[in-house]
Amino acid sequence: MDTLTAVNQEPVQITPGFQDPVHEAQACFRAIMNATARPGIRQKISISDLAPPAPLTPTGAAIALTLFDYDTPIWLDKTLMASEAVKAFLRFHTGAPIVSEPVEAAFALVADATHLVPIASFNQGSAEYPDRSTTVILTGQNFKAKQSVTLTGPGVKDTERFETSPLPPVFWDQVISNAKQFPRGVDLIFAGDGEIAALPRSSRISIQEA
Amino acid sequence: MNDTAKIYEQGEYNFAYLDEQTKRMIRRAILKGIAIPGYQVPFASREMPMPYGWGTGGVQVTASILGEDDCLKMIDQGSDDTTNAVSLRGFFEKTAGVRTTHETAEASVIQTRHRIPEKDLREDQILVFQVPIPEPLRFLEPRETETRKMHALEDYGLMHVKLYEDIAKNGHIATTYAYPVKVNDRYVMDPSPTPKFDNPKIDEMAALQLYGAGREKRIYAIPPYTKVKSLDFEDYPFEVQKFDKPCGLCGAQNVYLDEVILDDKGGRMFVCSDSDFCEERRAAGHVGPMAGNPAAAQISGAQAEELTQ
Repeated sequence: MDTLTAVNQEPVQITPGFQDPVHEAQACFRAIMNATARPGIRQKISISDLAPPAPLTPTGAAIALTLFDYDTPIWLDKTLMASEAVKAFLRFHTGAPIVSEPVEAAFALVADATHLVPIASFNQGSAEYPDRSTTVILTGQNFKAKQSVTLTGPGVKDTERFETSPLPPVFWDQVISNAKQFPRGVDLIFAGDGEIAALPRSSRISIQEA
Repeated sequence: MNDTAKIYEQGEYNFAYLDEQTKRMIRRAILKGIAIPGYQVPFASREMPMPYGWGTGGVQVTASILGEDDCLKMIDQGSDDTTNAVSLRGFFEKTAGVRTTHETAEASVIQTRHRIPEKDLREDQILVFQVPIPEPLRFLEPRETETRKMHALEDYGLMHVKLYEDIAKNGHIATTYAYPVKVNDRYVMDPSPTPKFDNPKIDEMAALQLYGAGREKRIYAIPPYTKVKSLDFEDYPFEVQKFDKPCGLCGAQNVYLDEVILDDKGGRMFVCSDSDFCEERRAAGHVGPMAGNPAAAQISGAQAEELTQ
C-alpha cells in the first residue's frame, strides 16, 4: 500500500510508450539481437519520441519496452529505484514485477553504472539451465574510455576492440571472471544515446592497457 | 496503402500472426540462445495454424524477428517450390505482408527446412532452421533430465560411442544427415536434418543462424563467425558426400544433388537440390549434360512456364 499512497500523494505523469508498439519493438529487438550476435559492435537503435522520466534514458526505455513484461522480474539500481516516476513508467508500460534482490531478476536496469553492484551478485543461471541468468542493461554509456578491451569468440570476426564508460573500477576483471564460468554467467547490454552494444557471456576478453 | 497496412486495418492478424507477448518471450529466448551458442533454450512454444512437423518452430522464430522491411525466402529441401515452402511463404505473405523472394542474395531472412543455400550467406542475412528433434542425444538417452545433465557436464562420450559403432558396423561413419557438431568447443548440437554436406557451411558462417523446434519447445542459435566442428575421429575424419556427376541441368560441381526419376524405364538424373542456385546458373548460360533431354526439360522450369501461358 505504501507505493500506492506515494503515488496518490504525488501523482506522476506517465509519458507514452512506443507509438507503434509492434514495429518499433521489432526494430529495437533486431538492434538488440544484432548487438548480441556481434559483440562489441555498436548498433543504432530507434528510440522514436520516447521521453521517459529521468534518470531512465530513452534508449534504456526502448530496451525495457522491447524485452520486459509480466514474465520478467526486473531489478533497478539505487538511482532508478529512488524515482517513483521511473517505477510507474515501467510498471505501467511493461507490467514487470520489480524485485529487490539482484539474484531474482531476469533483467537489471542500471542508470548509475559507476556504482554497479558486483555482477556476480546477479543470477548466473545453473549448469543445467544457464539461460536463467540475469541480463544486465547499463544505460548512459558513451562508448569512449581510456581503457579498451579486445574481444574474441562467437560473433567476432578475428578480434573486436571495445570501450565504454562510465563503469565501476574493477568492472572488466568481473566480466573476465564472468566469461570464465561459461555457459553460466550474465549477459551485458550497453545502452548509449540511440545506440547500443552487447557483451554476451560467450565473449573472451583481454584488457588493453592505455 | 501497402499490404501490411491493409492487413492492419482489417484487424485480421497481428503483424506476423503472433501476439506481442509471445514475440517478446521468443525474442528473449533467441537472445539467450545467441549468448550461449549451441545450448537449447526452452521456450513456451505456441500452437500454430499448421501441424507439428511443418516447421512450427521455425515459423515462430521467423515471426518474432520479422519486420516490415524484411524480404523473406522459404526453402524446403533446397527448393522454393515444394509444398512446405509454398505454404509457409503464403502464411507470411498473408499475416505479415512482407516481400518474399526466391533469390538467396535478395533475402534478408531465410527460413529453411533441411538445406543451407549453396551461395555464401552475408552478414546482413539471418538463416532460420526448422528443427524436428533438437536434442542430439535423444536417441541415445530418452530422458530429458539425463540429457540436460550430460550437456551440463559436457559428457558427450555416448555420442562418440555411437559414431564408433557406425564405424564398427559399416567401416565408416554412416550418419549422413543431422550429423552432430560441437559449437564453440562446448555444446554438442544437432544442426537439424540437413545433409552432412552442409555442415562445413555452418562453421564460421557470416550470417546469424537461429534454430526453432516447435513441438519440442526449444530454440538455439549460432552467432556469426562461430567455430562449429563436426564430430569425428583422428583416423576417421569428417567427410562430406561426394557426387561423381555434375548437376544434370546446370552442370554445377560440388553442390548437393537430388535424384529425380524421369520415367518408368529407369531414367533418372541428378539435379541441384538448391533450386534457386540451379536456375541462376542456367540463366547465366550454364548447361548440364541432361539439359537436352525432353523429360528433364519438363521439370527444369523452362517448359513449365510455357505450359502456364
